[in-house]
Parts: sequence; C-alpha cells; structure tokens
Amino acid sequence: MSDAPFVARDRAWHPPALSPAYRTSVSRSPRHAPISFPQTLSETTGPVFGHDLPGPRDNDLIHNFAAPGAAAIGPRIIVHGRVTEETGRPVPGALLEVWQANAGGRYRHRKEGYIAPLDPNFGGCGRVITDADGAYHLRTVQPGAYPWPNGGNDWRPAHIHFSVFGSGFGQRLITQMYFEGDPLIWRCPILQAIPSEAAVKTLIATLDMRASVPMDCLAYRFDIVLRGRRQTLFENRMEGG
Amino acid sequence: MSGAADRPADLKESPSQTAGPYVHIGCLPNHAGLGGPWAEDLGARPFADDAPGTRVVVTGCLLDGTGTPLRDAMVEIWQADAAGRYAGGGAAGFARRASDAETGLWRLETIKPGAVPGPDGRIQAPHLTLWIVARGINLGLHTRMYFPDETAANAADPVLGRIEQTARARTLVAEARGDGVYHFDIHLQGEKETVFFDV
Repeated sequence: MSDAPFVARDRAWHPPALSPAYRTSVSRSPRHAPISFPQTLSETTGPVFGHDLPGPRDNDLIHNFAAPGAAAIGPRIIVHGRVTEETGRPVPGALLEVWQANAGGRYRHRKEGYIAPLDPNFGGCGRVITDADGAYHLRTVQPGAYPWPNGGNDWRPAHIHFSVFGSGFGQRLITQMYFEGDPLIWRCPILQAIPSEAAVKTLIATLDMRASVPMDCLAYRFDIVLRGRRQTLFENRMEGG
Repeated sequence: MSGAADRPADLKESPSQTAGPYVHIGCLPNHAGLGGPWAEDLGARPFADDAPGTRVVVTGCLLDGTGTPLRDAMVEIWQADAAGRYAGGGAAGFARRASDAETGLWRLETIKPGAVPGPDGRIQAPHLTLWIVARGINLGLHTRMYFPDETAANAADPVLGRIEQTARARTLVAEARGDGVYHFDIHLQGEKETVFFDV
C-alpha cells in the first residue's frame, strides 16, 4: 500500500466551517485558520478493515433490523456506485458506513422527537466494503424528508449519510447523498453551505433504471471521490509537454 | 497531447457534509442503543488486550464557542503502537468514541504511542491524531494530542514547530492527571481555541 502524501484538499470546494444559515455552525466553527504541514505517516496511513468485517446482511437495511420474515416499509431501492480517487483510480477495500431515517423521516435515536412513527422493522444503519473495482451496493428504503429546528420551517431533503474510510486517515470523509429531482435540495441550509452548484450536484444520486429489479426495487447511482495520492515524477514521467 | 489524453479528467473530491446529530446510528449503533445489527461498534478497542506498551487513559471534552460541551460529537483516534509503528494494513491503533449525551466527556483506554518518523529524517513526538465530527461541523476537524511528560520530544516535534504562535501550540498538549490519565479538552472556538490542521 502506498504511503505517498495526498493531494491538497480544495477547501473552497467544501463547505466552510462557518455558514451562518446553518445555525449550529456559528458556535462550532473555528475562528483561526487551519495550519498546514507536510504530511507524515500519521496522515498518510489509516485503519484498513478486512472484507470479513461486514456481515452478510450489513448492506441490506430492508432486512438487517427486521423480524424474521418481515421487511422495512417504504420505497425499496438499491444504492450503488464506485469509490475512486481524484485521479480516477478505484479505491478497493474502502469501508462505507451509512445511516438514515425511515420512510417517514424518523430516525431511530433517543434524541429524535419527530412525531412520525418508528418502523419496527427498520434500524437505519448499514455498512459495506468496496470490491476490487471500488464498487459497492446497498439495499434500503428511500428515506423521507424531515423537519429540523433551524429556521422556522426548515426540512431536510431525503438523504443518506455516508462515512468513508479510504486507505489513509487524511482521506477520512463524511458526506450525505441526496436524490435526483428532490425540490428540497435547493432550499436546504446544510446544502447551501456548499459554495458551488457544481459541487452540490456531485452529492445527488441519479435514478438508475438499468440497475433496478423489475417488480422489486428501483436503483440509484452514487459515486464517491476521495483525495488522490501525489505521484512522484520519478514514478510517472511527464509526457507530451 | 497524447499523454494527457490517456489520463482521466481530474475528479473533484466529494464535498463534505455535517455528520449531523444522529451520527451514532451509523457509526456507533450499540452506543446509540440500536440493539444491533452488529455486536460491537467499530473502533471499540484500539489494541488487542495483550499488545505491548504502557497503558494510558485519555479523557476529553469538546467545547463550543460559548464554552458549552458538545454532547453529540464523535471523535476518532489514529495512533502508532508503543514502538511508533502504524498498523500495516490493519486497524490496530484506531478508536472511535462518542461524547457522553449528558456530560460531553469521552474516555479512551489505550497504549501510549512511541515516537514516529517524520519528514527529512526528523522524529515526531508521541501523539494521537484526532478527527472530530458533529452536528454544526461541516468538514471533519483534524487535530493532534501530545503528552505533557514529553517536553524534550515536543520541543523538537516538526509539526508543533510549524505553529508560529507558540502559545497556541500549547493547546495540543494534554493535561496529566496522574496514574496514567491524560485529559484533553478541545475548544472549537474562542480564546482557548485548539489548533486544527489542514492535512
């Protein structure tokens, strides 16, 4: 495994720490600039999880919390895609952890007080490790939108949270996946914290009829990009200059 | 131009989004009281029980700009073993903790890391790397914790040496509480603001 340093993160592409319309960020954002230093082994290495970590149903949220013979209620979907680095190189062995609300927008969490009911057959968490091509797939129910105490009438678009481990701790990333065509996307202060429309669009999964299963479930495609590793000119000579 | 045409177009890193208040459902489901689907949360134990080294306890709290503890944060730790080596292709040295829902405190039983090689043949002082996510944090925050009883090594550390304001470098040194317990408060904002890194 390479310990080459990562390409610098484009922090203007990511949401800034302070984005006042997302009100909790106001008191939870540093005021000092972050400090850069040449990456060391502490940043270029990271935990690597074996393919034996996820159990056989860990990537099936329709069933992994359900009573025997039962299934979660809601639109049945496959979510699939690839994890690559910025260079386009696939990231095999990447651990993805996901969590989400149920079809009614209710999370299974003790601090959650939304009136929409829990689904007794839905937990809302799953995990999967990418294959040799960087590909992954999950099965779940499409989550619902839900209200949150920010502005007077703010609703999160339907979304699935993704936590991603690449091959180094400097690649560590948590993000959210949204659904094509959801009109709440462009009203959400958490998404509006992202500076460019182009960047927002990379978080919107597209309906993928080719991967759907007739009479069973629809499919959405969501690709994830992690920081690339720098290559030395000794390993990769410049060409065509 | 033929060489350039062979290379794929540069992609942009997926933009970060906050982990939100319910990060525990996905990352610490047993802590969240979900009752499964797996028996043990990821990062529950950073090292095997028989791993060599000095056992230490690290406690900490995250505080917002008003001095209020975060009670919904997740902290991840990545560290070397007692010999200063990172797990070669494994997950030893990785731990994950949630802030307590009442007090905001988190607690880690681990091994004191050895010194790790740094750039240009220099040696880094023993440290933990920490990555912090929570509701209100749009992009995970990287920082480091150093040990107060490593004065000489800390003085020679190449990363601490990058911090121009030496008073701020002290925000990265934990407080010794005796019996192998180290306490490390992280201030997200304000007069005592912790140094965060763009790694």
